[in-house]
Amino acid sequence: MTTYSKGLRALTLATIGSITLALALVFFYAPLDADQGFVQKIFYLHVPLAIISLCGFVLGGLLAIGHLRTGDRVWDMRSYVAIHMALIFGIGGIISGSIWAKASWGHWWVWNEPTLVSFLIVLLLFATYQPLRFSIEDPERQARYASVFAITAGAFVPLNFIAVRLAQQFVHPRILTLGGGNLPGSMRLTFFVSLIGLALLYATLWKYEMTAKNARMQTRRLRRRLMGEDAVRPLGRSAAPS
Amino acid sequence: MKTAMAVLRKDITLELRTFETVPAMALFSLTTFVIFHFGLNRASVKGQLAAGVLTVTLLFAAMLGAGRLFVAEREQGGFDAFLLAPVDRNSLLVAKAAAMFIFLAVLELVAVPAFALLLLGPALWPRLLGLIAVLALADVGLAVIGTLVSAIAIHTRARDLISPIIGLPLLIPALIATARAAGPLLQAHTSGSPPGKWVAILALYDCVFGLVAYAVFDFLLEE
Repeated sequence: MTTYSKGLRALTLATIGSITLALALVFFYAPLDADQGFVQKIFYLHVPLAIISLCGFVLGGLLAIGHLRTGDRVWDMRSYVAIHMALIFGIGGIISGSIWAKASWGHWWVWNEPTLVSFLIVLLLFATYQPLRFSIEDPERQARYASVFAITAGAFVPLNFIAVRLAQQFVHPRILTLGGGNLPGSMRLTFFVSLIGLALLYATLWKYEMTAKNARMQTRRLRRRLMGEDAVRPLGRSAAPS
Repeated sequence: MKTAMAVLRKDITLELRTFETVPAMALFSLTTFVIFHFGLNRASVKGQLAAGVLTVTLLFAAMLGAGRLFVAEREQGGFDAFLLAPVDRNSLLVAKAAAMFIFLAVLELVAVPAFALLLLGPALWPRLLGLIAVLALADVGLAVIGTLVSAIAIHTRARDLISPIIGLPLLIPALIATARAAGPLLQAHTSGSPPGKWVAILALYDCVFGLVAYAVFDFLLEE
């Protein structure tokens, strides 16, 4: 029996600390952008959200490999939570990106923008993860099929980025080139601090959801043992593994 | 391999006796061309627009065919029989993907000449070989993903819904590459060979998803 609450408090404190530091850097340390002014600050939210969400999708695929290899349903739950959180981060990323695009390019949506378009495609694909789970009744099969989907979709993420990027001209600023892009040092520092802060937030939320699911599972098991099989009704239609 | 051949032979025989899937796909694509004619309000198309029309039509026809791929297995207990047999489970993937590829190739034998006749502005002949190469690579991708998605969707409650909503986003990179590779081929003046970059992407897509499908297909069959 594993518990996920271990280290949760330390992780939460680290998240609060790093996000506070990141916000302080964003508002008081990083210089104002010469062209875009204050609106450019959304960059420190939008880019980390998008990067973490993509990493979360791939992580979900890797965890799903663990499920198929071991047959242990815990891995499926981990993969589910990773994808679930990545979806939330991704929606945040695409909304903040849209706001930024409106402010700096004048349009809510720009098609000749490979990063935006490929991100949308990835979101569209992963948005089908939960409907797929919902429509399979048998929990064993649900876990297996969801893992197959997560692995396929995880492999899809990099390939999709290659295809869409080649299809379009570059408009989007390339921030994470190997040379560090053309960001000035203070901006780069702020960016990396917010990246770390949001990555910690992702890890914390993942851990919280795992803890909650685990606690619910154990409570149900105990109640069942105490009050008999009939006393604990099965969970209603839920796509989440439990 | 022998198992795969046996299942493939069964599928082909079934199709030849019932004429269920491929004629429906062909009819569907002809109707789609008519809709495109009116929707775009054009007597003929060329270049990138023509490539888009052809790609989208073939994609939807393929999704139609993929939905039928495992229906016989499910309704008549073919899955159980296959699981009882002491054979490699991946041969089912190979057989079904091969059947799907053959269905798509036959469909294109009808749909591409019909497209040339009904909608395509420039003549088909100078670009035929290049187009065949691009479509063959696209068919591999469509067949692999179609089989995988169909196998995932067949045991779900809303399987007619699930297979297209998963299949379409998964196929987007292949479709971008197909449309972009076919675009220059369908211009009024063409060199007759598709752009290498897009053919390479298409081949990469086929390889990656072929391997992924081969790795995960096992788990879709367990009981």
